[in-house]
Amino acid sequence: MTYEKRVTYEKRVAYERPGAHEKPGAHENPAPSGLAADRVAHEAGGRLIVDGITLAPRPGTTLGLIGPNGSGKSTLLRLLAGVLAPAAGVVTLDGTPLPRLGRRQTARRLAVVDQHATTQVELTVREVVALGRIPHRRPFSGTTPADERAVRDALDRTSLTDRADQSWHTLSGGERQRAHIARALAQAPRELLLDEPTNHLDIQHQLDLLNLIASLPVTTVIALHDLNLAAMFCDEILVLREGRAYAHGTPAEVVTEELIAEVYGVRARVTPPADALDHVSVRFLRTPPRQPGP
Amino acid sequence: MSGAAGGGGAHRLRSALRGGLLTLAGLAVLFLSVAVAVTIGPADISVPDVWSAVAAHLGWGEAELTPIRDGIVWNLRMPRTVLAAVCGAGLAVCGAVLQSLLRNPLADPFVLGVSSGASTGAVAVVVLGVGGGVLTVSAGAFIGAVVSFALVLLLSHTLGDTTDRVVLSGVAAMQLFSALTSFVVLTAADAETTRGVLFWLLGSLSGAAWTDVWTCGAVLVVVLTVCLLHARTLDAFAFGQDAAATLGVHVGRVRVLLLCTTALLTAALVSSAGAIGFVGLALPHAARAVVGAGHPRLLPVTALAGAVFLIWVDTLARTVLDPQEVPVGVVTSLIGVPAFVAVLYRTRRSR
Repeated sequence: MTYEKRVTYEKRVAYERPGAHEKPGAHENPAPSGLAADRVAHEAGGRLIVDGITLAPRPGTTLGLIGPNGSGKSTLLRLLAGVLAPAAGVVTLDGTPLPRLGRRQTARRLAVVDQHATTQVELTVREVVALGRIPHRRPFSGTTPADERAVRDALDRTSLTDRADQSWHTLSGGERQRAHIARALAQAPRELLLDEPTNHLDIQHQLDLLNLIASLPVTTVIALHDLNLAAMFCDEILVLREGRAYAHGTPAEVVTEELIAEVYGVRARVTPPADALDHVSVRFLRTPPRQPGP
Repeated sequence: MSGAAGGGGAHRLRSALRGGLLTLAGLAVLFLSVAVAVTIGPADISVPDVWSAVAAHLGWGEAELTPIRDGIVWNLRMPRTVLAAVCGAGLAVCGAVLQSLLRNPLADPFVLGVSSGASTGAVAVVVLGVGGGVLTVSAGAFIGAVVSFALVLLLSHTLGDTTDRVVLSGVAAMQLFSALTSFVVLTAADAETTRGVLFWLLGSLSGAAWTDVWTCGAVLVVVLTVCLLHARTLDAFAFGQDAAATLGVHVGRVRVLLLCTTALLTAALVSSAGAIGFVGLALPHAARAVVGAGHPRLLPVTALAGAVFLIWVDTLARTVLDPQEVPVGVVTSLIGVPAFVAVLYRTRRSR
């Protein structure tokens, strides 16, 4: 890495890594609040898919993960969710490592939405959303008023109340993703992880879905392909390349012509935000036609 | 909003009530089916006769029947009917659990290779005389089932441990053991033995004794309890293993536990009654069409439906060609397939 973004990244890592500025033994691990990953790594087939990522999104904010295919976004999310165990490093919730917290306790406060999870089982939308209550329920116990309320609020929040008793299979792609978000909300999470939830959606549904996600009162980590959408909806962006954190900062700091050329190998024009409500925007350019050789 | 809220609550309450009522009604139908099915057959016996015989044996009253009629009720028809109920319930529940766990609507209790392993074990005892007369057919079948299931677990673990690898390993084991069974039968058995073995392979309750009932019944109670304890966990598998994991499920642990318990139950049932096909595949689908896919309700209803179904199918199998008997596995499919197609047709999706 050759330019200033690298500096920004280093500064932030130093800032975020627990105890990085402190003398050894002076103060052991001040617990970061919320979700945090400390130098997590994952290996598959002798290759490091995720290589020493540290992050700690501020509670209530949205952290975007961007990077080319195979840069490790999905794997990082699976590590953060505790579905994969890291080969090195640790993921913590309020300072407690996920394995110590246990699957059930983790599921009571951290929810995951995949890119397009589907099922052959015949379920109504309400039943899909009620799946989110599983970590809160005991075997043989009936539905509690808290379960009812959580399902109702989740349906309401995602505008699916009038579809509640329809079959899941009758929903459109956008509605299915909303139903997954409703199921995640029924888990009553404080952290929400999303893996490219807008894939296969048209632009209106992409914007609707991201507006919904941005309005949720939770800490969000979201993998996105579209740089403009990431710039619009994320408070901070972490750029991954070959499993490493390449840059980290606000959209305006991170999304630059140099970075896009370096990470994606494509040419782009980046327009800075015009005012406080605007965001940095990207226009991709065609590769110039190849000149016939001399 | 409050209207919708009330609607949701009432909906839940109604469906919970319906599930409870359905289970109660199912239990009533089950007891009635046992009582009536026992009266059907060449010897003329009435429902009150059945009651008095059962009451006498449970020590609630005086014996009113002649010893022969009492013997027909208590030693022949009763164990057979109860074993039919146990087998039907067990196979149907195993099918429902495996279909959800493996996310495969084609899964049935025999998908893990248990039945073909059992067949090979039984054939080894009957035809080859393995065990030197010490091993009974049932014991041989049980050992074969366990060996085959262990092979499937080992294979699927080696091959990558995903659900489709489990199913494919099961198919491989099934092919291997049925080839072994055919090979042994065709090379070593005479015509009479072949006929006997074939009868057993197709599933038959004709040899039912109380010891079978107690063994299978005990395993059924244990396995049913384990499955009911994991009913919600099975719901969580609807969107796959990763989704289940993020809903707080210990996927690996639950999968091994449920695979092993269902295999154990299947092995116990197959060693007593042979490989009765179709019940485990079709009954869960039929039950889903009635009560939906939620396992807390689906599992008890599936168990009851399987029990009642197999009682009547077996009654038909032993009376329709009287005095000859048709293997129950043949009748389950002959009756089950049209019913199954009807269920699938009714629940087809119009998209």
